[in-house]
Amino acid sequence: MSQVIDDDPRIIEFDVRTDEMLVNMGPQHPSTHGVLRLVLRTDGEVVSEVEPHIGYLHRCAEKIGENISARQFIPYTDRMDYLAGMNMNLGWSLAVEKLMRLQVTEKARHLRVLIAELGRIASHLVGMGAYGLDLGTFSPFLYAFREREKILNLFEEACGARLTYSYITVGGLTADLPPGWLGRCEAFLNEFEPIIREYHALLTTNAIFVKRTGGIGVLSPEMAINYGCSGPVLRGSGVDQDMRRDGEPIYTAMYDGYAFEVAVMKDGTYPRDRAYPAVPADAVLGDCWHRFFVRMLEVVQSMELIRQAIDRYSACTGSLGEPVKIAEKIPAGDVYLETECPKGQMGFYLIGNGTPKPWRVRARSSSFSNLSVLPELCHGCLIADVPAIVGSLDIVMGEIDR
Amino acid sequence: MRGPAFVELLEAAVPGGVVGTNLEAIDPWVEVVPAAVADVCRWLHDSSETGFDSLQCITAVDWFESDPKKAAKAGWDPHLELVYHLWSTRARVSLVLKTKLPRWKDDQPGQPPEVASVAGIWRSADWHEREVYDLSGVRFVGHPDLRRILCPEDWEGFPLRKDYEMPLEYHGIRGR
Amino acid sequence: MAEYLIQTMGLPGWLTWSLLAVLSAVLILNLMAGGALVFIWAERKVSARIQDRLGPTRTGGRFGWLQSLADGIKLLAKEDLMPERADKMLFRVAPYVSFCASFAAFIGLPFAFDMVALRLNVGVFYVVAVLGLEVFGVILAGYASASKWSLFGAMREAAQVVSYEVPLGMCIVVPVMLAGTMDLVTIAEKQSGWFTNWYLFHDPFTFVVFWVYTTCAVASVNRAPFDLAEAESELVAGFHTEYSGLRWSFFYMAEYSSMFLVSGLAAILFLGGWNGPVPIASLLGLSEGSGESTGAFVRLLGLANFLGKATLGVLFMMWIRWTLPRLRIDQVMTTCLKYCTPIAAVMFAGAMTWLWVFPGGC
Repeated sequence: MSQVIDDDPRIIEFDVRTDEMLVNMGPQHPSTHGVLRLVLRTDGEVVSEVEPHIGYLHRCAEKIGENISARQFIPYTDRMDYLAGMNMNLGWSLAVEKLMRLQVTEKARHLRVLIAELGRIASHLVGMGAYGLDLGTFSPFLYAFREREKILNLFEEACGARLTYSYITVGGLTADLPPGWLGRCEAFLNEFEPIIREYHALLTTNAIFVKRTGGIGVLSPEMAINYGCSGPVLRGSGVDQDMRRDGEPIYTAMYDGYAFEVAVMKDGTYPRDRAYPAVPADAVLGDCWHRFFVRMLEVVQSMELIRQAIDRYSACTGSLGEPVKIAEKIPAGDVYLETECPKGQMGFYLIGNGTPKPWRVRARSSSFSNLSVLPELCHGCLIADVPAIVGSLDIVMGEIDR
Repeated sequence: MRGPAFVELLEAAVPGGVVGTNLEAIDPWVEVVPAAVADVCRWLHDSSETGFDSLQCITAVDWFESDPKKAAKAGWDPHLELVYHLWSTRARVSLVLKTKLPRWKDDQPGQPPEVASVAGIWRSADWHEREVYDLSGVRFVGHPDLRRILCPEDWEGFPLRKDYEMPLEYHGIRGR
Repeated sequence: MAEYLIQTMGLPGWLTWSLLAVLSAVLILNLMAGGALVFIWAERKVSARIQDRLGPTRTGGRFGWLQSLADGIKLLAKEDLMPERADKMLFRVAPYVSFCASFAAFIGLPFAFDMVALRLNVGVFYVVAVLGLEVFGVILAGYASASKWSLFGAMREAAQVVSYEVPLGMCIVVPVMLAGTMDLVTIAEKQSGWFTNWYLFHDPFTFVVFWVYTTCAVASVNRAPFDLAEAESELVAGFHTEYSGLRWSFFYMAEYSSMFLVSGLAAILFLGGWNGPVPIASLLGLSEGSGESTGAFVRLLGLANFLGKATLGVLFMMWIRWTLPRLRIDQVMTTCLKYCTPIAAVMFAGAMTWLWVFPGGC
């Protein structure tokens, strides 16, 4: 009998087979961008399966929204994507304005563009710096934060807060800019522009960086659309979609007359790539490198939009307009509006019933959908690639868990 | 594409599926019967005329008023409404799809109503349906892995229901 | 010195040798600890300057020069934690194994002419062999911690360091071959004179070998971009995830000592050891043997030269660490097996041929 067992090839195979191991990455882990927990099924260094577990930061903001007035909900949107509070304020304000059929003044419109694009730069700077951290280089993180601090200083001057602004609000903005702010903003842009080249030298074209990101976590355009991905994750896969251009009229009207090119690869080239490094040979459309590069291009794009907004804002003569009352009644009806936040398309669904409090508030988070594609991207990658892929999705847990 | 002609196309594709429309609303919507959700979605996704290749959001709205005085004036019977927001990346148009469900299956409180899952059509529905199940209590039949997603797995009740009450205590932590 | 003690003081031989051994041990231990403190402080200042910030500024008055000491006191006072399921004995032993390996390697390392704890005729061999033992401490730590992240770190370390020993060894053989000896003191002596006598500039092959050595040395002491055993963004903290307080600081000290050691080795093997780029002493007509005070002066000059070179090497490693992203494990292995090893082998053969064609140097 024992002879039979010894000769059984399956037994020998069993002897040399390596065991799979379940590893918990997070919720306390340096590179899961907050309290994300990933359960990895690994065979040595090779990851065969990733399962994200979320909800550690869940506050049920949607339920809170049902118990306060629409304008009171603004601070809660700050705390969703806390790296781009301005853009979240804008998304919610526009959704409420859409339901109330409200139009802000021309001056408020240009100021909103200006502030929202500054917020986009700040968010992308964190995304870029933290991505360097995920790949094991610390310095770009601090360079990015150095510049972000300057943006936060500008924000602080404008609204008094550095992280949770509640600046853009339903019906306009809470305050006008202080005197001299535009000049300081322009000075910052002039200072910041040459520095972008340094980021490209440190990361985008760095041989090790390209090796670590090129061809890793390739997301096909079909899969990206099917998973509801949006923002740089979608455009990094070569899908030409940007809500600032393709969205609903109330949002696109904000960018009326502004000239900008959507940062997406068309016919093998990015817009204005002559000024920036060429796509390296190792990079495949839809991989981590492209997602990163799209973000870097959007920083430049936002800078141009800010310059245009400064001109238009200073040409405006009228008033900024008054925001609605705190307990303003919102009409019956339901609206859904998606705006282009730095992380992707942030949607707010809102049902009014004639009272100040919405009947139902729903936040469709971009990072939520962007993260859901992670298990698909991590098949057969190495452990070191998991932070690289998670970082390239640029998620914020506050927005995912809400 | 969101005009009456489109609704006719939809009615022809899924006979008896459409039960109501409102094309004058800020966001025009189409209401379908719960049993036809999967068929309608499949058609919307596959048909070349529509090609809604992306599901942006699923929302469950609990239409329930606990105050009997207000409920009498509300003008609707208590029910649960599912709202699907679709988007076509090619045509760059959106579509709102609604369907009405009973609040509880067979009127037994605690039993989530059932509707067909669309996770096989759009992968984004996977997590969104889990979230709706978790917070609003709708069982999606045919979902590959219907578990709670934001709340802990042993959480009881569905927080976004209007009659939800926070538990007094959860694993020794005071709730109220 | 031993002879002096035995003859004039009349001490028995065994006591003299024991006393000297203790003295050397104390000196080296203090050098290691003190050196590590200085280098940890330097790392903080260097990284701070690279990253456009100031680093420690207040501790100790100016420049935060007492920062490492303050950190050390904090580490002493920290609670000594051990995971419940850890292998208690191995968990305790691991940091000492690591530390002892890098400490023992210092015994054979000369700091200036005759300034060596023990002059070995197989000095190179001894230093490299003992330094290689450090990996055991890391593997033990990773295994004993009963944490999956630590285990990953340990396995990476095992794969990486053992692989890099091969090209590292090949690079080291080249200067040994040129000098015809494994005695580190003699190797350095042979490079005396102007900087053109350094083995770095001996022939084109040694020049390449030096850079291969640099790469392998960075990898073998686990510094970025090869710090896979720690890899804080992937493995939390790798092999020392579960360590805290003093035990952790032993790993830290071992890391910085090893950095200094491989830099010192590079200085001796390729950069002329304690011979400065310009032979000031011999231009002035001084040498180690000319009188007591001048001899001491020349030695101190040599010591300064050696420490300067080794420190430059350490600073170079810091510069790299704060600039480059980390490689992935397969890329680290590729670098070693596909690039470093073949290049080192070819350069070894090249240097051999050079020596054969130009026996007396060119």
